[in-house]
Amino acid sequence: MNASVYARRRRVNALMLAATAACAAVSAGVLLGILGYIAWKGASSLSWSFLTELPKPVGETGGGIANSILGSVKVVGLAGLMGIPVGVASGVYLAEYGRTGRFAFCVRYAADVMNGVPSIVIGLFAYALVVMPMKRFSALSGSVALALIMIPIILRNTEEFVRLVPGTIREAALALGVPRWKVAAFVVLPTAGRGIATGALLALSRAAGETAPLIFTAFGNRYWDQGLLGPIATLPHTLYNYAISPYADWHQQAWAAALILMAFMLAVNVAARVWLRPPSTGAL
Amino acid sequence: MNPTMDTEPPAAPAAPASGTAAPAAETILSVRGLRAGYAGGAPVLKGVSMDVRARAVTAIIGPSGCGKSTLIRCLNRLHEALPGAFCDGEVLLGGRNVLDWDPVLLRREVGMVFQRPNPFPTMSVFDNVAAGLTLNGERDRVKLAERVETSLRRAALWDEVKDKLRSPGVGLSGGQQQRLCIARALAVEPRVLLMDEPCSALDPIATARIEELLLEIKDQLTVVIVTHNMQQAARVSAHTAFMLSGELVEFGPTQGLFTKPSDKRTEDYITGRFG
Ligand SMILES: Nc1ncnc2c1ncn2[C@@H]1O[C@H](COP(=O)(O)OP(=O)(O)OP(=O)(O)O)[C@@H](O)[C@H]1O
Ligand SMILES: [Mg+2]
Repeated sequence: MNASVYARRRRVNALMLAATAACAAVSAGVLLGILGYIAWKGASSLSWSFLTELPKPVGETGGGIANSILGSVKVVGLAGLMGIPVGVASGVYLAEYGRTGRFAFCVRYAADVMNGVPSIVIGLFAYALVVMPMKRFSALSGSVALALIMIPIILRNTEEFVRLVPGTIREAALALGVPRWKVAAFVVLPTAGRGIATGALLALSRAAGETAPLIFTAFGNRYWDQGLLGPIATLPHTLYNYAISPYADWHQQAWAAALILMAFMLAVNVAARVWLRPPSTGAL
Repeated sequence: MNPTMDTEPPAAPAAPASGTAAPAAETILSVRGLRAGYAGGAPVLKGVSMDVRARAVTAIIGPSGCGKSTLIRCLNRLHEALPGAFCDGEVLLGGRNVLDWDPVLLRREVGMVFQRPNPFPTMSVFDNVAAGLTLNGERDRVKLAERVETSLRRAALWDEVKDKLRSPGVGLSGGQQQRLCIARALAVEPRVLLMDEPCSALDPIATARIEELLLEIKDQLTVVIVTHNMQQAARVSAHTAFMLSGELVEFGPTQGLFTKPSDKRTEDYITGRFG
């Protein structure tokens, strides 16, 4: 190979490397841009009272979104309590017992379709399922809607990670005279645990950012909620209401709410990746 | 010992030709006309019969693909855990056909060590060894600690790990991991230990350690070991079975089988003419 060909190859290589790096920078830049813009717009309205006070009546300035923050914690927490067990259990079922067969196929297919259903439709479904029979908007119905969004994500993620557990691990446990279900629950599930927990956390953070499914369910509330069976304010929903309102003060507060929401999601994501970082031991 | 003989296939090892059949008096495990295969395939084992002597090491040798793993996986019925795998005939443990047992209970009597070390990745050294007990409901900490120590000592691993019982089992070296797996199997106190090429992923030193420990535990335990290494079979076993394409060709005392094989095919294999 002569020197000029080699020099040309090196130039092309450098060019391509620069091009891929530029693309990577664009992807990361968009995220940083969004974060930066929200931080810049939101930080000015962020204050202790914003975090701890109820909204002021329309027309008065100031006030906070404490009820929305607490509401989000309650609605998302309850959704997690419902959605995580169901999603994890069905994922384990699919990977451990239902690798083949019509039933497993249907469940998997349904999960994939559900994953693609617009979240507003899930909200309407929860409205029909919970709000109509109970004749009231409630935190519970919002949690049901969010759980329905979380289940297919968690299910598919759990199935993936459980499948990655090598068959030799199962055989090792079976060979000790451990019943099949205990092998699945106490050997395979913990081995896939980090991956499953990461998926569950990411699903939670995804649910925490949903607005549409809460419009007809949790409904929103300008005061503290009256328990899980009454309407409740949530961060993304309040953000939405404030953003479409005609008041400049509310717009400012919407930015601050967005900042809090983003900070929360970022914290969950970073926690999921740092705290549950895959170890080098073969556990997933 | 009075096994039903109707299913006795022609390839029975008890063929009196060389008079080398294992003495029935000490037989713990007797295999009668075992046929087994995989989903949608012809039988891989075509009627194997052999008697495994109690408290001794029995080696199974034979070329790759002849069905050695299939055979010993039938003995603890792990074979059936594969979808579509089938297995019929008789495997008598203490006179009762294990193919009729609950596989879960059988496996507490018949343990297994695999080709590649497979410690549980999320568990510490201690928990790995105790797993067979804790997963089956044993909560007595004192008993667990005792059983873990004896098992690790029997597996010749205690001195190396006694200071790191709480560190992950997968943090050990390959040879240590394999002895950990042996300790894990021993902790359940099985009557029979099956080993499928337990040294094939290990270096000669680690292999030598496992052979030593086999020689030490063999007085208390029945071991069936599959190996590709004929020197290993000769070193550790009292009896050796030679298999070829799903049939048991010859079975008898190791010494005799290696020095005066009665079957031409055995001779060809051990002298390296094929396989
Ligand atoms: N999971 C499986 N599905 C289908 N066929 C299989 C499976 N496992 C093994 N077999 C077939 O069964 C036959 C015997 O396999 P087995 O693993 O018992 O051989 P082996 O004597 O243990 O060989 P090796 O010394 O290479 O481990 C082989 O011909 C193989 O193709
Ligand atoms: Mg094999």
